[in-house]
Amino acid sequence: MTHAAATVDQMLPPYPAERGLDVYNKKLGMWVFLASEVMFFAALIGTYVILRFGATGEWAKPGIVLNIKITAFNTFLLICSSVSMVKAYAAIQDGDPKKMRFWLLMTILGGATFVGIQVYEYIHLVEHGFVPSGVREGSELAELVAKGTLPAATMGLYGSTFFTMTGFHGFHVTCGVISMTYLYLTKALPGKYSKQDYGGIETVGLYWHFVDLVWIILFTIVYLI
Amino acid sequence: MTTVAATAHRTPAHHDDRSFIRKYIFSTDHKIIGIQFLFVSLFFLLVGGLLAMQMRWQLGFPGKPMPGGGILPETMAPGGVILPEYYIQLVTMHGTFMVFFAIMPLLVGVFANFLIPLKIGTHDMAFPRINMWSFWSFFAAGLVMLSSLFVPDGAARAGWTMYAPLSARHDYSGASFGQELWSVSIILVGLSSILGSLNYITTIINNRAPGMTWFRLPLSVWSLFITAILGLLALPVLSGAAIMLLFDQIIGTHFFDPAAGGQALLWQHLFWFFGHPEVYILILPAMGMVSDIISNGSRKPIFGYHSMVFAIVAIAFLGWIVWGHHMFVSGMNPTLGSSFMVSTLVIAVPSAVKVFNWMGTMWRGNIRFHVPMLHAVAFVAMFAIGGLSGIFMAATPVDMQIHDTYFIVAHLHYVLFGGSLFALFGAIVYWYPKMFGRMMSEPWGKVHFWLTFIFYNCTFFPMHITGMAGEMRRLYDPNQYTFLQPYQPMRVFISISAFLLFATQLIFFVNFWWSLFKGKKASQNPWHDNGLEWSLPSPAPHGNWETVPTVYRGPYEFSSPQAAEDYLPQYIKLPTDREPARAPVAGH
Repeated sequence: MTHAAATVDQMLPPYPAERGLDVYNKKLGMWVFLASEVMFFAALIGTYVILRFGATGEWAKPGIVLNIKITAFNTFLLICSSVSMVKAYAAIQDGDPKKMRFWLLMTILGGATFVGIQVYEYIHLVEHGFVPSGVREGSELAELVAKGTLPAATMGLYGSTFFTMTGFHGFHVTCGVISMTYLYLTKALPGKYSKQDYGGIETVGLYWHFVDLVWIILFTIVYLI
Repeated sequence: MTTVAATAHRTPAHHDDRSFIRKYIFSTDHKIIGIQFLFVSLFFLLVGGLLAMQMRWQLGFPGKPMPGGGILPETMAPGGVILPEYYIQLVTMHGTFMVFFAIMPLLVGVFANFLIPLKIGTHDMAFPRINMWSFWSFFAAGLVMLSSLFVPDGAARAGWTMYAPLSARHDYSGASFGQELWSVSIILVGLSSILGSLNYITTIINNRAPGMTWFRLPLSVWSLFITAILGLLALPVLSGAAIMLLFDQIIGTHFFDPAAGGQALLWQHLFWFFGHPEVYILILPAMGMVSDIISNGSRKPIFGYHSMVFAIVAIAFLGWIVWGHHMFVSGMNPTLGSSFMVSTLVIAVPSAVKVFNWMGTMWRGNIRFHVPMLHAVAFVAMFAIGGLSGIFMAATPVDMQIHDTYFIVAHLHYVLFGGSLFALFGAIVYWYPKMFGRMMSEPWGKVHFWLTFIFYNCTFFPMHITGMAGEMRRLYDPNQYTFLQPYQPMRVFISISAFLLFATQLIFFVNFWWSLFKGKKASQNPWHDNGLEWSLPSPAPHGNWETVPTVYRGPYEFSSPQAAEDYLPQYIKLPTDREPARAPVAGH
């Protein structure tokens, strides 16, 4: 535990206080916030599970509407950005702000690319006729529905749940990218992070790993099964 | 980070050079934010009350022009006669305003913000800026909800529970924009509560004064802590549900529309999964503050402090597994229904523990019936009635009969008005001196209390009877059913009592505003209480303490043989007291 000593300053409140959780406020606040986020995504994912398994008809087979390959690449990218986040965190713990800046920038780029690919995916889906209300009439997918390749009864629910879940995940990634860019410009570039003070990096890192984890679940249940 | 935080916290209490806007409008001071919540939510309380008065007019005097109703547009009340489509808006918005914009912010927004740092002994919340955002998103939500009353189609019309598919499809409810504004506003309320809750939780865990151990926390702080956990985990579910509802309304998704494969019951599950913890969000802080006031008014330590804490925790835990009892008649599997019935009945145990402990506290106490104490005692009595009627509807077979009748309306008003609101009146009077530096008028406070108590019971008690007789809630004109016509005189009695109850609240409002400028100047510790907040001058200064006090004992040391007076504050060091162990400085 070579890193333990470095966190000491942050763990202590700046004035005398009863012993709390020995975790500094920002980090504790983020954990508490993430608990709330878990409940938010639980509501969305729970809805998906109930609608899908409570549906009277078949659900669309994976790989017909959604392009698994592109999203698999996107998933890989997001996982990589989690790794680069850890690298940034480890670098600043070792007192290397230059390396931290590099890895933070990589994380931002990874996240931004993820959002970019998701936007590209959405545009294509809508072009093919996949919309939040289901399948657009007269579109390419409407023909597949007519041929019976896609189940007509559940396409509306498919569209509703897909766009809501992935959309809110995308929104969270975007928020993460914005926060990291903000920290990069206002804290990392001016050199305000050090071995003793890296609360921002650790906190935003927690958020980033959470968003990554949610995506792994979403990718599995929405795209693969 | 550390250095910035350190300077901010070490700013001396008397040195305050913030501009007017930073000080009173976009303030990050927890006390100002609490007071902002107080003013705004009292305003919404008034709005909710006005809506209720219009409903009572229609129920008491159906089809007659309402006095002053002429100012309402043709689409609501032509010639002052309330239309059915306006009546359902009144029902919906009364519930929405009272739950989300009056009781909840009054309890949590006002008192969690104001009391937590003062009572645990810290300078401010852990995240003052997030706290400010919590207030402003609440404010925005309130404006959105208020504006929905004025849009062309009128406000939301599906009741405050917004049951789908009525709420999800515009062609069903007849309201479009108002319905959407409701969803947007609720999403914002959720955001506000989540931001507030994460602040309260972090602050209580990490920022307690030296010596303020968990079991020296006042019960008000304990209850606000548990409430914050409920809010943190329940509100995101509501936000998620409201987002899906909004999508159903504006972008054509089908979550809650059975016609397109969605599930209407899903909304009920999501709503009540939030809604039942919400019920405890609306009562636990009241219980905590009442515990503080009753111990103070009885001049005795609270009876069974630890059992009070565990009862709060038990109620909060059980609150998560009982939501199905709102849905007994929704066609749920009866086996599942009976498990919800059992879990609901179990809640009576910790609730009864609390009621008995309050009575045990008062037993043979040297009771001072000051205004907050009167309200607190009324709280206990009214909560007991509301709790007992709750047992009726927890039992599935009884609930089948009384579901969605005025019996439910009576029950929920006994716990929300008789419970939460009485506690709030008491708490506002109690902490008013610490907020504004002046006392509210004692004689007028007593007049307000007694009139409220009488008219409140006259208003809501008869509803048990009409409810048992089968009068449905949200009914525009019960006289359309022959079997409900004999109860019309009772409805007139209820309505007149309700008008008098509303008029009585004007005494409180006048007292509140008059005391703000002309009230008697408050001493530092006017109630002779033990909490840390009373070690500060009234009103409490920015930054609270220059150095936070040290805590030597629990908050309920009244009539202690160790002290000459009948109270012994937490911050007084007796020769026998040892200094508490400070947080160990790890690694140094």
